[in-house]
Amino acid sequence: MKAFLIAAALAPALALGSAAAQQSVRTGPTAPELAPGRQVYAQWCAPCHAAGPRLAGTMSLQAKYQGEVPAALEDRTDLSAPVIAHFVRNGVAWMPPFRRTEISDADLAALSAYLTAPLERRGAHAPLLADEMAVLPQGGRP
Amino acid sequence: MTTAPGLTAAAFADGLAEMRGIVGSEWVFDQPADLNTYRDFYSVLWGEPEEKLASAAIAPANLEEVQSVVRAANARRIPLYPISTGRNLGYGGAAPVLSGSVVLDLKRMNRVLDVNESDCSCLVEPGVSYFDMYRHLRETGSKLWLDVPDPGWGSMVGNALDSGGGYTAAPYRGHFEAQCGIEAVLASGEVLRTGMGALPGAETWQQYRMGIGPCLDGLFRQSSLGVVTKMGFWLFPQPEAYLSASVDVMRFEDLDELVTLLNELEYGNIFNGMPGVSSPVLSQQNPIAMAMIPEPEEMNRMVEQSGLPAWRASFSFYGPEKVIRAQWEYVQSRFAHFPGVRFNEASFTRLPLSADDMERIQKPRFGIPALDIFSVGSRGYGNFNPSDGHIWFSAVIPRSGRGIVEANRVMRRECARLGLDLFMFAPAVTCWTRSFVLFAAVPVYKDPARNRHLREAVTEIIGICAQHGWGEYRCPPAFMDSVMDAYSFNGHILRRVNEAIKDALDPNGILSAGRYGVWPAHLREGRGA
Repeated sequence: MKAFLIAAALAPALALGSAAAQQSVRTGPTAPELAPGRQVYAQWCAPCHAAGPRLAGTMSLQAKYQGEVPAALEDRTDLSAPVIAHFVRNGVAWMPPFRRTEISDADLAALSAYLTAPLERRGAHAPLLADEMAVLPQGGRP
Repeated sequence: MTTAPGLTAAAFADGLAEMRGIVGSEWVFDQPADLNTYRDFYSVLWGEPEEKLASAAIAPANLEEVQSVVRAANARRIPLYPISTGRNLGYGGAAPVLSGSVVLDLKRMNRVLDVNESDCSCLVEPGVSYFDMYRHLRETGSKLWLDVPDPGWGSMVGNALDSGGGYTAAPYRGHFEAQCGIEAVLASGEVLRTGMGALPGAETWQQYRMGIGPCLDGLFRQSSLGVVTKMGFWLFPQPEAYLSASVDVMRFEDLDELVTLLNELEYGNIFNGMPGVSSPVLSQQNPIAMAMIPEPEEMNRMVEQSGLPAWRASFSFYGPEKVIRAQWEYVQSRFAHFPGVRFNEASFTRLPLSADDMERIQKPRFGIPALDIFSVGSRGYGNFNPSDGHIWFSAVIPRSGRGIVEANRVMRRECARLGLDLFMFAPAVTCWTRSFVLFAAVPVYKDPARNRHLREAVTEIIGICAQHGWGEYRCPPAFMDSVMDAYSFNGHILRRVNEAIKDALDPNGILSAGRYGVWPAHLREGRGA
């Protein structure tokens, strides 16, 4: 997809006001058994579904549910493993399906475990890659 | 299951069995649930009998497995369709051009083979995405930047092979132009390395692109001649700072000189970042789609009434603060004579970026991959939502004021006549220096009637653009034959030479049949139909 610059410059105007209100307070460590799923989420889902502005998945789910459920998938407590698997493997709207060479069945199981666990066990939100990298020391990961 | 024309079920089954032995049965996909994930999710043929579908997908892990799979396919004339990460959305995704092809999914080949801090280069496999490479560079403390397209999940190799573009400095924005060194498996199963890669022991594969004799890299751009298994790229040493700024002019008549000056300044290396030409007064209804350019008097009247500039040239600079501030000062001096000109420094950023910077920057301008761009289409402007995706119309037009005006008017007029919606329309995109590319994004729907209309309208517009001398540089599979048809100089000699090369290098026609209008001999008559 190629886009142009005005789009990026004006995109903040599209940011959701109400999404923020729906975000759960998420702090602390992730339960060890959920860490692999959180990593899958960070790599494959967060770039569109994180709790932040300008993200297509979060904006679309806000438009669809109008705040009835959190717009950020990571804060949902109503998802089941079959529902997650359906959307990952079949896609919806602009979201294409993900192949097993991208998200393996084991990755999908880990992702489901993470997204269906009690919120307090999920720990802090998975970071966007850019945010995670921005706080690395300049010399790289120690 | 969709099978390739002329291929017997027995030969297909036999080939698949051999491929299972090569890659392991868990990496051969031939069941409907898996094949569904290899469809082009934004296909303009979705759900119709003509939709381009894979018969199976094979995911090798390394060069040797690729060679063995290709040999197994060649022995039985099984068509293969290599993809890197299959995320070329809007231009075909993971689906083959010829239905019944076996997709060769290279996602598992995801090694960063080399990053050379001194040469400012890298060598990667096709499964390496922009996200992967960005993480690799940052985690290893590299001082090098990537140039990324809008969606960061794509493959560096795949994007370059389809001639994708990005947003940073000129030498890196055209991704095929920034490659240096290709390794490809030919239809015979043999491995070719281009440039200095052909000289055993050379340390210069990622330094000097040409090697000796005809430069063969172009054989693999948008091609059906090989499976690219490694590719080198030049990377951008992180600059000290970034400056973006714009020059606003207030009259319709200013456009020609605005573009001429912008060209001179870019080609004279006075600025190195991606420039832009837009029209604030014509973007009031939709900030991402320029309206029809009216007659000069009308446009000047709109400027007067709104106070908005007629045209805006945007500039960006990467480098030491002292240098780029001096460059911006010089740029301003060159435009000072335009009546009513306005200068605006939009942003200045010292590098490296801080965590706070991430909240306000346009990430691709800093070589940072993201997927933010999808928000523009999926929840953006206009009343076309909810759509099910988009395709791109991307025509090369002259880099001049006249080029912008004519392309804008023709596209706007013809799209209105044909009832073709555009949710993004930018007549002067500059990822590739030396030309403008007119970009138009067309929403697609999983609705055969709407898609039939879309296909007919886009095909007609391809022909109209060709009459003006404008050709697409890239397109979805449904339009590849029409676009190649437009490049018709001297009795379609471009296609005929491509076909002669195809016949010589891939006599059984097994690789990427039909890609960009080049079909193997046995499918040439019906063009794959």
